[in-house]
Parts: sequence; C-alpha cells; structure tokens
Amino acid sequence: MSAAVQVPHKKTADLPLSVIIATDCGSTTTKAVLIEKQGDTFRQTFRGEAPTTVEAPFEDVTRGVLNAIAEVEELSGRKILDGEKIITPAGAGGHSKTGVDIYVSTSSAGGGLQMMVAGVVQSMTGESAQRCALGAGAIVMDVLASNDGRLPHEKIERIRSLRPDMILLSGGTDGGTVTHVVEMAEYISAAEPRPRLGMTYSLPLIYAGNTNARDQVTAILGQKTALVVTDNIRPTLERENLSPARNKIHDLFLEHVMAQAPGYKKLISWAGAPIVPTPAAVGFIMEALAKRDKINLIGVDIGGATTDVFSVYDGVFNRTVSANLGMSYSISNVLAEAGLANIMRWVPFDVDEQTLRNRIKNKMIRPTTIPQTLDELQIEQAIAREALRLALIHHKSLATGLKGVQQARTISDIFEQKTSGDSLIDMLKLDLIVGSGGILSHAPRRIQSMLMMVDAYEPPGFTTLSVDSIFMMPHLGVLSTVNEKAATDVFIHDCLVYLGTCVAPIGQGKDGEKCAEYQITFERDRQPESGTLMFGELRLISLGAGERARVTMKPAKQVDLGEGKGTTVTREARGGAAGLMLDGRGRPLQLPVDARARVAALTRWHNSVGLYPQGKAMGNGR
Amino acid sequence: MGHAYTPGLTVTERTTVRKRRLLPIPGTVMVKQGDLLKADSVVAQAELPGKVHSINVANLLGIAPDEIHDYLITKEGEPVRKDDVIAENKPFIQFLKTAVRSPIQGTVETVSAITGQVLLREPPRRLELLAYIDGTAVEVHPQQGITIETSCTLVQGIFGVGGETWGEIQMAAASPDETLAADRLTTGMKGKIVVGGSFLGADTLARAREIGVAALIVGGIHDKDLRALLGYDLGVAITGTEKIGITIILTEGFGTIPMAAKTFALLSKHQGQKASVSGATQIRAGVIRPEIIITVDGTRAIQDTGVAERGGIRVGDQVRIIRDPLFGRIGQVAALPADLRQIETESHVRVLEVGFPDKTRAVIPRANVELIEGQ
Repeated sequence: MSAAVQVPHKKTADLPLSVIIATDCGSTTTKAVLIEKQGDTFRQTFRGEAPTTVEAPFEDVTRGVLNAIAEVEELSGRKILDGEKIITPAGAGGHSKTGVDIYVSTSSAGGGLQMMVAGVVQSMTGESAQRCALGAGAIVMDVLASNDGRLPHEKIERIRSLRPDMILLSGGTDGGTVTHVVEMAEYISAAEPRPRLGMTYSLPLIYAGNTNARDQVTAILGQKTALVVTDNIRPTLERENLSPARNKIHDLFLEHVMAQAPGYKKLISWAGAPIVPTPAAVGFIMEALAKRDKINLIGVDIGGATTDVFSVYDGVFNRTVSANLGMSYSISNVLAEAGLANIMRWVPFDVDEQTLRNRIKNKMIRPTTIPQTLDELQIEQAIAREALRLALIHHKSLATGLKGVQQARTISDIFEQKTSGDSLIDMLKLDLIVGSGGILSHAPRRIQSMLMMVDAYEPPGFTTLSVDSIFMMPHLGVLSTVNEKAATDVFIHDCLVYLGTCVAPIGQGKDGEKCAEYQITFERDRQPESGTLMFGELRLISLGAGERARVTMKPAKQVDLGEGKGTTVTREARGGAAGLMLDGRGRPLQLPVDARARVAALTRWHNSVGLYPQGKAMGNGR
Repeated sequence: MGHAYTPGLTVTERTTVRKRRLLPIPGTVMVKQGDLLKADSVVAQAELPGKVHSINVANLLGIAPDEIHDYLITKEGEPVRKDDVIAENKPFIQFLKTAVRSPIQGTVETVSAITGQVLLREPPRRLELLAYIDGTAVEVHPQQGITIETSCTLVQGIFGVGGETWGEIQMAAASPDETLAADRLTTGMKGKIVVGGSFLGADTLARAREIGVAALIVGGIHDKDLRALLGYDLGVAITGTEKIGITIILTEGFGTIPMAAKTFALLSKHQGQKASVSGATQIRAGVIRPEIIITVDGTRAIQDTGVAERGGIRVGDQVRIIRDPLFGRIGQVAALPADLRQIETESHVRVLEVGFPDKTRAVIPRANVELIEGQ
C-alpha cells in the first residue's frame, strides 16, 4: 500500500536571524513571543498577549498584534515598535535593545480557514481531498461526493447554504473517466456558492482532479469562481499527491481569504514570511520533531471550540480537526457525543445528572470561567478525557492507508484478511504523545495532564508523554519555515515539557492478580528498584526531567508488553515532570461498572499518583 | 498578563443601538437614509435563486451524453411548466417512445453533453428583510441593506433561543426570585414579551406556547427542559434559527437563578411598552448575545453614547459571579489584589474580593465574575 508522503512546506534556507518576534492571532487572543539568540542557542525570552481585534468594534487584526507586541516591549525592555511599524533589523540605529530581525505570524482568527471539499468516490478522492484540506490547516465543513447518498438537489442546496472560504474539487484518476467530476463541477456551478467573507469577490476554487477534465471544469467554473487548477491529488489509485493542492490552499488563503479579513493586508505586509493557518504551523513542528527523533508521534491540541489531532507515523503526516469537541464553546457537545455515563465514569464522586448538565451548559455560555473548586476541576478533567478519546477515534478513522487499492497478498495473508485503508495509528508503535491546549498545558499538577492523556488514549507498552508549556507550537511552526534551528532550539528548551513515560501491559486480570514483575535501573548512583505490578494498580516512580532509566518488564503469561505474551521486554524510559508510570489497570482499560466500586477505584488510583490535593472535600454534589 | 475582567452584559436605561441589517445576497434597498422605520418595515429585498433539480436525460432516454442536444425539446434558458416534455426520443414504433417531463415549473438552466444531465431551476423566491427595531435608517449600503439606529433601553441576556420578534412587555412575576408559574400566564399575553423571575419550568413553557406568547424572559431554565423543547442536545451555543414558535431569553444561566435586580427593575419600568427581542446567541469570536431593545422614541438619537471602552474592573463595580460555588450571586468589588493567589484547585490565578449585601465577602477568580454594565 502506498502512503501519502508529503512535503511539509515550502522551505527556504535558514535565514540568519538573532531576534525574532512571532504572533499567533487566535479567535480570541493574540499571543506574541520574543525569541532571542543566546550564545549558539535560540531561546524564548518574553511573551505577551492581547485580545484579538478582528471583530467589531475594531475590525483590524493589527491592533491586537500591536497590543501583544507592546506587552512584550514592556516586559523585555526592547523597543520593537515605531508607532505602527515593526523596527527591523535588530540593533537598528546602533541600539542593541532595538528592533527585531523578522516578524512571523500564524492566524486562526475569524474561525480559521473553512473549506468545502468534493470528490467522486467518498472513500477515495473524497477522503484524499479531506486529508489534503485538513493537512493545510482547514476546517472541513462538508465532503461532497457522487456517492455520498445525497440527491443532486440536496447537494446543490448544501453547497449553496455553506459559505466556505474555499472549495477543493477533486475526482478521478488521471486519464480516467471525466463524467463524474464534471457532474460535481456542474452542481457547484448551479449552486453559485458565495464566500464567507466579502460580498463582491469570487470564491476561490482549486481543481485537483483528473487532468483530462481540466478543460470542461474550466469551462463550467472559470467564470463563476476564482478557479485555480493544480495537479491531481490522486493521480493513480495507489498514489496520493497532496502537496501541490496543499500549497495552493496556503497561497489562496493568503491572497484571497486573508486579504478579505479586516487588517490582514497590513499584517501580511509586516510579516517576513507567509502567514500560515495556525493548525498548519503546528503540523510543521510535529513533522520536524518526528523527523529529528525518528519517532512516531501523536499530537493533540484541545482548545475551547475544537480539538486538533496530528500524527506522524513512519514519516506520514496526518491531521484531523474535531470541529465541535472542545473545553468551553463546545463543552456541551462533548456531553452530547460522549453521553453522560462516559463522562461520569471518570468523576471520583457522585453528582446528579441535572446538576451536571446545568453546570456544563453554564460553562458553554460563559466559556472563559475557570474551575474554582476541586470538584469542578475534576469534572472538567473528566470531560477532557472524553473529548480527547473521541477526537482520537475520529483521527484514526481518517488517518488511514489509501482505500480501494489492490493489495498484493502472500500466502501468509490469506489467514489475515485485511482490507485496504486500515488506520495508520498503531498505538503499540507510538513513541510520543504531545499534549497542548489549556486543560493539558495549565493543569495545576503535571501528573493530571499525564493521567488525562493516559486514560483517554490507553497507550499500551512504553509511551513517552509531554505537553506544550505555553502553546508556542504555532509560532515555532511558522518560524521553522524561515529558520529551522531557531524553531527546534526553542521547541526543545522552552516549549516541550516531558511528563514521563507510561508503561502499560496489555491484557486483563482480576484486581490483585500479578500483572508483571519489574526491575528498574537508574543512571548514576541511584539504587535499582524492583517489584511486582498487580492488576488494578497504578504506580508512579520518581524519574525527573532529563533522567532516564532502563525498565525491564517480565509480564505474566497472559500479558503482553508488545513482544508477545509472557515475553520479557527491556526499554529505556524517559523521565519528566510527572515520572515513570506503571499502569496495571489493564489494556483495554476497564473501569468497575458499579458506581461505588468505580468511585473507590478512581480514588485509589488518584491517591496513588498524587493526582489531587488530599484532605479536602472531594465533591459535594452541589 | 491576561484579561483583567470579563466583559459583562449590558443592562442600561438609555443607549444608542446601531444595527446593520444586511441581505445574504445582493438585492434592492427599499428605504432612504433618514427614513423613520417601524420594526415590521421592509428595508431591503432580494430574489433567492430557486432550487435546482437535475435530470439525467441521457440515462432516461438510453442515449450517449453527447447526443443530448438532438433529443431536447426545450433548450437552455427556456421556461418550462410542470410536466412539460423537455426531451424525447424518436423511435420508429410510437409505443417505444420515451418522454422526459419537467418535475417543476422554472427554467432549463444548463444542458451537459458530458454528463447527459439537464439542470432545471425553480423560479426565484422573494426574501424580505425587516427593520426589526423602530428607528432611523442612518446609512444605506447599496444592494445590501441599511444601518438602523435607535435610542433605547437595552437589556442583554446570556443565552437565548428563537429568532427576532416584537411585542408589548408584560411582567408575570412579582419579584426577581419568583419562579414563573404556569398559572401566571393568561390568554391576554398572546403576542407579548412576558418577563418572569428566577426559573422557567417545562409546564410553564408548554402553557406559553399554547397561548402564543411571543417571548419569555427569565433568569434560568434547566438544560433538560431546553433539550425537550429543541428535540436535541444543544452542542454549541449558536442559536437564533430554531423554529419553536417562541423566543426565550435567559438573563442569568442554567438552573434556578434569580434575575439580577437591576434587570428586573428596568423591565418592570417599561411594562406595557413595545420591545424588539432576539434570542440569537453566538458564543464564539464575534459574540452575539440575546437582547431586549425598548425604543425610547423613533427619532434619531441625539448623542451617540455607544458602549464605552473600559480600562478594566474597579473597586465598587457591581459584578455577577458566574461559576460555582457562588454562581448567580451579585455583589460589589471590594478589593483587587494584584498578586496571583492559589485557589482550591491549586491553580495560581488573579482574584478579586467581592462584598455581598449580607456583609459577607468572598475571594473569586477574576475570570469567574462578570461586570454588570450600563448606567
């Protein structure tokens, strides 16, 4: 099976830089960071933030950017602004504390990049188009396909009612039949789609389908849209070629969509590199990390409205966005999708349904509030587990090999009838999880972030976990397009906080039964530790940031650590802010069904890893 | 770093509201700058393109797509009536004749010799855009709509469902902490904006819909009752298009929460006056809150007070606590400590001290209070 190998982004040679100011214009907040070269290493030194000013009454994104940079100026003592201009280069006028060498920015303000994609066969070109748009950092509003089950007039109505920023039309392999893709073009033409921003400009439409249909598609859509033709994203069934269309999306994002948003023309003129959609920038940095360490990773950014999941497996990058899973604006939707019982299973006390439902709705309508009591914090962290879990399920369903591909089978495959299009996400081959977003980055205790991700993802075997300290990944992603060393230096030293390693045997047993024996040897003079991990047990062994240990797990005969049942495995484990977690709760993780037993089990696990402060009332069921 | 306060909801006796009333597609503006308008005045209209129907004529006639033009009776751009023959074959034996008829009245929009399909379009529908509030057209946006301005009393709610409506204000609760009981609603409240107190139950809601109340304004509602009303669990707070026959505005939130005394007093004062209300809520970037607008007079406002830009929260400001454990309580800011404080969750956050009418005080994260704005 061939995979979707993509060029991460258009990269030029590293520019010589020593002082960089970067901003991320989010929907609500514009965040600025200052990066300075200290000796040979780049470090993030100061940061500032201000409300984003895309909406009325300001309607000029640069106001928020100037305010955020002004805060950096105040804190750092560096003069960066001359009125409404960014002073370049650093050291301008002979003053060492004046100016920056470059300004770069990402943007997701005004709801980010919203796209509609269309293909011919839903599970083939439809999915390829979806992967292409998602990888470019877009929110995919709908996927239309000839076989999506909707009648033609329903498709046309749908296209008309959506107001995307851009449409990606694909379909057919090169040289194949043109009928269906032309039919989709006719539907789009009949719908006369209008862009979300601006009444007067033509909607950008990228055609990346069968090369033989280009003339017909141009004849149908050339007048009605701002049509751009590029290489087919699926030139053959066995090959996906997403980069040309993805690059076109980025170009059109700047030329058309951004240019319509208030203040962006000015912002573009300030920036020393193209402005990138925020999730695309996060994707750049994830790919760079996986490539540098030669690892498989999953990254998650759980925000207020959406949850983005990124994965890099064997060099193949995928991104999905769960548009309505989030911790504030979309918190109520997590309840709707997960169901109350799934949320309640993580809450270590009883609370009645009406109270919980009202509380969740109150968070939805006042999204900027924070938990003040411990039980409120526990409820939010329970909801986060479900949002993380659902977003990963979504990601697994889209991060697949190509569907509809004939597979060469050997005699050994006859007994294992795999279909094409299996998920690329094999949790056993996962090396690192990178968590980001307020609930993970700002949890009062780091162990809370670690256990939220462990509970949601149930990583089996050995998995390292980390969080983004202050959500700097967008800034570093866009910075990597002009200076990869600067981005990598800051990512390692100031952005990524390792939490530790989770070791979780695969298998299930009764509480108290032997799960695995372990032996841990440490660096330097520290005495080795050994013992037996029982089923139903969660244990945390101190292993600090920068420390490593060799962990030997000898599983019980029905238990697997990735090398087969009963087979001893030795691996190196990385320490971190939380430590080394030995998780004997079984994989798949099973929680007691009975409410009292479940609360008791959760309380025991939480206490064993010091998850929450003890001695305070744990939930009063208000 | 970070926000010093959460912008609150405006509850004010006198302000100037400007609203942009824009068509979704270009059309014709029906009024001039300076025109005095009523809520039900048509300010602009547009023709929404009709629905498109596709018929695969090539398949139905058993012909190749590129032969389609030879079989068409009605050509591209021509009008058709329902059941008109738009294409037919010409067999030697009449018995084998197949005719393709139009399922609609409209026009033949396109004929494709590649796919063999014919697209028919229904006649356009007229869309009329109403003024929604009594006021003056202060700006005309050609082909798009107008900006209307009014001098008014403005009350913003926290959450609402249902669209724009208008009617007379009618108080149905004696105090802000009284639950709005079903027996307080009378048939005389049909078409009115009915104001309750702390809570709206399912039985009261059913009664209001039965009577034909235009809108209900209350402190709170249970989530389960909202779910029953909408027929689904609301996932994100983007509302205003629900077809439920009534507009509901919550001034405080979910649960039983007394309406803020100031809000209740202001609405009581305007009992019997006409108000325009909208339940439309959007709690994302570009936040939209539900609103109650009571026009003071229909003429153009003399001074544009606008919404003053505040520097931050100040000692003495009235605030509403918007998170448990003191959710819904209203007090005055007593102190604004500058340093971060550790709260029960162990987070270090900026806090403020709030004094309550019963002389008690509480330390609350700044993120968990909301200014009650407006003079």
